[in-house]
Amino acid sequence: MDFSFVFAIDWGFIFDQSLKQAVDINAIVYALAAIGLNVHFGYAGLLNFGQVGFVAMGAYGMGLGITYWQTNPALAVLIGIIFAVVFALILGVPTLRLRADYLAIVTIAAAEIVRLMARSTAMRSITRGAEGLNEFIGPFRELNPFTPSAEYGFGPFVWSGNRFFTVVVGWTLIGLFLLLVWQLMRSPWGRVVKAIREDEEAARALGKSAYWYKLQALILGGVIGGFAGMVMALGNATVQPDFFVAPLTFFFWLVLILGGVGRVWSPVVGSIIFWALITFIQNLGRQMVDDGLIPTSIMDTTQVDQIRFWVVGAALALLMVFRPQGIFGSREEMALDAN
Amino acid sequence: MTSSLGLAGLGRRLVGVFVLVALMLGLFAMFAPPAMADNEMVRTRFVYTDPESGERVPAVGVLVTVDDSNGEFVGEGESDADGVVEIPVAGPGVYGMTVDPESLPEGVFLLDVERATALVEVLPDRTGQAIFQLGNEDEVGAAATGRVTARAIVQLTVEGLKFGVFLAMAAIGLSLIFGTTGLINFAHGELIGWGMLWAFMFNFYGFAGIFGFMEGWPAPFGSGVNLALAIPIAVLFGMGFGWAADRFVFRPMRIRGVSLIAAMIVTLGLSILIRYVYLFLFSGVPRFYRDYTAQSAIDLGPIQITPKDLITAGISVAILIFIGLFLQQTRMGKAMRAVSDDRDLAESSGINVQRVISVVWVMGGGLAALGGVFIGLSEQVSWNIGFRILLLIFAAVVLGGLGTAYGALVGALVVGVGIQLSTLWIPTELKNVGALVLLIIALLIRPQGILGSKQRVG
Repeated sequence: MDFSFVFAIDWGFIFDQSLKQAVDINAIVYALAAIGLNVHFGYAGLLNFGQVGFVAMGAYGMGLGITYWQTNPALAVLIGIIFAVVFALILGVPTLRLRADYLAIVTIAAAEIVRLMARSTAMRSITRGAEGLNEFIGPFRELNPFTPSAEYGFGPFVWSGNRFFTVVVGWTLIGLFLLLVWQLMRSPWGRVVKAIREDEEAARALGKSAYWYKLQALILGGVIGGFAGMVMALGNATVQPDFFVAPLTFFFWLVLILGGVGRVWSPVVGSIIFWALITFIQNLGRQMVDDGLIPTSIMDTTQVDQIRFWVVGAALALLMVFRPQGIFGSREEMALDAN
Repeated sequence: MTSSLGLAGLGRRLVGVFVLVALMLGLFAMFAPPAMADNEMVRTRFVYTDPESGERVPAVGVLVTVDDSNGEFVGEGESDADGVVEIPVAGPGVYGMTVDPESLPEGVFLLDVERATALVEVLPDRTGQAIFQLGNEDEVGAAATGRVTARAIVQLTVEGLKFGVFLAMAAIGLSLIFGTTGLINFAHGELIGWGMLWAFMFNFYGFAGIFGFMEGWPAPFGSGVNLALAIPIAVLFGMGFGWAADRFVFRPMRIRGVSLIAAMIVTLGLSILIRYVYLFLFSGVPRFYRDYTAQSAIDLGPIQITPKDLITAGISVAILIFIGLFLQQTRMGKAMRAVSDDRDLAESSGINVQRVISVVWVMGGGLAALGGVFIGLSEQVSWNIGFRILLLIFAAVVLGGLGTAYGALVGALVVGVGIQLSTLWIPTELKNVGALVLLIIALLIRPQGILGSKQRVG
């Protein structure tokens, strides 16, 4: 076997990219969305298979706040939050009295519906169809304390001023939400939510309204997911419906399960590991195709980008069977009993 | 679980996974370009009503692309000052012309956004005409409100029933699997895609597409066969897939004691994996079966229907009746209903529950495959149609009553008719949204579904 191909690959570039992506905007978005999912599934035991819908709601709420209602950035963020809350109510009110799988069915469908609505011709005058919202970034850029033309950071972690602003905002949000989740889950409220996850009947017997607590958890996790969407919108300077495709939800799930369900830190750790790995695999794959190590008859460069879906799908299935607690979680924290 | 059992189970599982992956890699291994010929072309003309003058004017500069039935790119072009675009094609056959909606003039839209691709049958030495209906802003609105006629209602109801029976076939498997095992299979859409794509494979390439050495053997081994023959083969493959999925994935998981929620997440992972393997092997371009594709509708009293829709809907109804008799009359059917009702009681009364579940998976896989082929024939063959259908199946089974076979049937017919009739009032592109709204309202009013019993839900 000829191993000389090892030298044809620019390993330095791949490692730099992997390290940077592990803390870049994508990783922030995934971490925030997974923190929300952790509140849903990890603490309250809710099967939300449509987290991408909350992300879309946050992004569109903020974007429309600026472009459609012409508000200032603070109000636009508030509108993003309200969108996520309303979405949580629409999904939660009919399903949270029922068995866990009804929420799963409704969320997976509703998230796709949000995307279809946003890209529809009928809503075009508001959401701009498939092109999406592109004109909301100005007011946020004005808040940027960093010089747009300057570069910030060190080593592989270098961003332009505008991007660096989003990265700082994103990690600040992650810090705040981790603190919030940590404190909430130590509070009486968190103990009730976890008790409902463990045994809903018992919690109800103690006079706690399981439905109401679950709805609150759905809203909280959904709003955190909405913030993920807002960071995504700021990072891309655009909100397009096709960002919010269904498989994204399962990337968030993998991030959550990788880190360990029901642990405060796990979504962040999971997201960092996920993005480092995915970036590594994709860059390696692309270079191998470019260098002819993988013949184009087998796979071309666009198809390399599909590998991530295989990896995510296979990893999700295998993790759930063989190590459902992920890297840091404990099996006791898993709400895995149906009904 | 003891570790020896786990290891043996893992070995069997791996064999199963290898078989599945090998089969999937075999899918669409080769694509032969059609032979070149002379004078055939695909032509269309874009005109719309100018909202100010009220006159029909040509739409200039509209971009179109033409693909052949393999999804291979044939040509592209731009409409000229008369709104005409002509694209030469390699020979007679079925072609798909696709409009880039973004290139339409400002304020002009496709009346039916789902028909951005028109099918054209090109005969030897002839020009195939593609037809696109364009509308201005007023008309896109008017199309939603201005055509509620008795005739339209009848026509849409028939189309809805047709789609409903396809949907019912695809949905029954999901509902039966849920009923007998408690598992909601989020990869059920991939069973639908599996049948749809295998039928395409046999329609074009036969078994030689998987086993190269068979080239030159008689059909269906060496070359593609008529769809009528490709369908049973695809259904057999669907049954095999269902059996293998249970035998090598879900049964070992049940034995291992993997919880239902974990199993649901496993099905999600599998659905992404399988769907993107389909994309890799089939490519993202929608294609069409070789036979019965460009059919013109015949008049049946007040309704118009293509012969293929009539026949496939007829077959579906026959199969659904057969399934109903099977569940009602045969020992196995009764055992299935017993396991759905109360698994422990069924087991203790001597029913072999694992065998029943296995049969349910085989049936579900076969029915989903057949539903997939029929939907592919009536719409188009694409890698991700399974996911879109899955959402409608969810609406159907929840509406009808999760876990009841007849509920899935009733729900599917309601959803099918409902989404077609909803196009009278809402734009066609949003018709699936209506199905979801129906689902949410149904959950609020009657969460157990039309035919479900109350103790199932809470």
